Amino acid sequence: MKTFLEEVNKKINGVPLQRCYHCRKCTAGCPVASHMEYNLNKVVRLIQNGKRDEVLNSSTIWICLSCETCITRCPNQIDIARMMDVLRQMAIEEGIGAHEKNVLKFHEAFLSNIKMGGRINEPLMMVQYKLKSGDLFSDIGMAPGMFLKGKLSLLSPRTKDIKSVKDIFEKTKHS
Amino acid sequence: MKVSYYPGCSLHATGKEYDQSMKSVSHALGIELKEVDDWSCCGASSAHSTNFDLTIALSARNLISAEKDALDVMVPCAACFNRFKTAEHHLKADKELKTKIEGMVGAKYQGGIAIRNPIDVIFNEIGIDTLTAKVVKPLTGLKPVSYYGCLLLRPPDVCEFENYENPFMLDKILGTIGADVRNWSYKTDCCGGSLAISKTSIVVGMCDKLMSAAREAGANCVVTACPLCMNNLDMRPSKRLKLPVFYFTELIALAMGLAGSKETFKSHMFDPQPLLKRVQLI
Repeated sequence: MKTFLEEVNKKINGVPLQRCYHCRKCTAGCPVASHMEYNLNKVVRLIQNGKRDEVLNSSTIWICLSCETCITRCPNQIDIARMMDVLRQMAIEEGIGAHEKNVLKFHEAFLSNIKMGGRINEPLMMVQYKLKSGDLFSDIGMAPGMFLKGKLSLLSPRTKDIKSVKDIFEKTKHS
Repeated sequence: MKVSYYPGCSLHATGKEYDQSMKSVSHALGIELKEVDDWSCCGASSAHSTNFDLTIALSARNLISAEKDALDVMVPCAACFNRFKTAEHHLKADKELKTKIEGMVGAKYQGGIAIRNPIDVIFNEIGIDTLTAKVVKPLTGLKPVSYYGCLLLRPPDVCEFENYENPFMLDKILGTIGADVRNWSYKTDCCGGSLAISKTSIVVGMCDKLMSAAREAGANCVVTACPLCMNNLDMRPSKRLKLPVFYFTELIALAMGLAGSKETFKSHMFDPQPLLKRVQLI
């Protein structure tokens, strides 16, 4: 059986996490490090030590913004941003879900909106997100102004060959 | 020159000012745009955060469609640009993945066209000299900081953008059209766009930090090339710190005196017209 470290390394498919010598440059450059439960190099350490539950249940992996500053500055070219994608995907696949629930609900609303029209229809996507998250009132104050300025179009054009988009969703469902 | 054009979802809605100004500037600079046939969403952060194959396949579908035109594809949205470059990177490096993704999309990926962002196209293909010659109204009085954000630049070996920690192409373009570009240390800091809706409180703090830094640098506006940064910086900062935010193409259109160049300013959420009137540019 593979260790947690081996599993994550295989999915990253790049420089192995053993290369990290904990210089903390990733953490120093991370714009949301102060909002994270674990610093980035601590996440690497937890993976090295096989702490699957701590990592996959952490809020840290959902707070990551994917700004890619960490990989840009890592002296060992470890792809921390890709590592975060891998960890989020593992948390979903293993039924753990997301510690930061609304972050995942936003992603789900966004993807289901693509599946419907091939392209994002922003007002509809926001409705889908609000229904999923139950967060009905935040940002609602901005909507009238945005409508008046023509920034929210209910009838934005869709992809014609929507079947090809739906097929991609279907075929990647279990990958 | 002729390029294929992938506007992406934002440019048809919240980022319509970018689409409008991009089209008029391209026309005036002799860049002919051919929209990618029946394009679909790139999947953005939501796809790559949750499903690797999905993010690559959604981008590949669009790249394969663009390849039919056999032209470089210009992608104004920094997020779409980043997703396409990432997909290209993985598809070229991993043959097994390429075969799998082609099966999912139902077509072959050739990898024969370059994926380009408009800063690169205008700076490297049109050139500063041509741009200088087209300026009819230098933007005197405008003191922007140029804000590149994350997704045009990082990771560097994927995005292949010049000088990724201290880029200068946008600064030079803005200087050429007569703006007094301020130097600052936040050109490539993240604005928090990907969590703007789901973790707003964190993102407000990040936008405030950028606006404070721009003010400290003596700027009276911020210039971006990304519709997500625009939405975020236009709407999320605290009221007392807000500065007008422009797409760089809106300012090129204004400096070139293009028809309709004043129209796009009307739909910004934080109205930039008082500033433009004060410095007598409209």
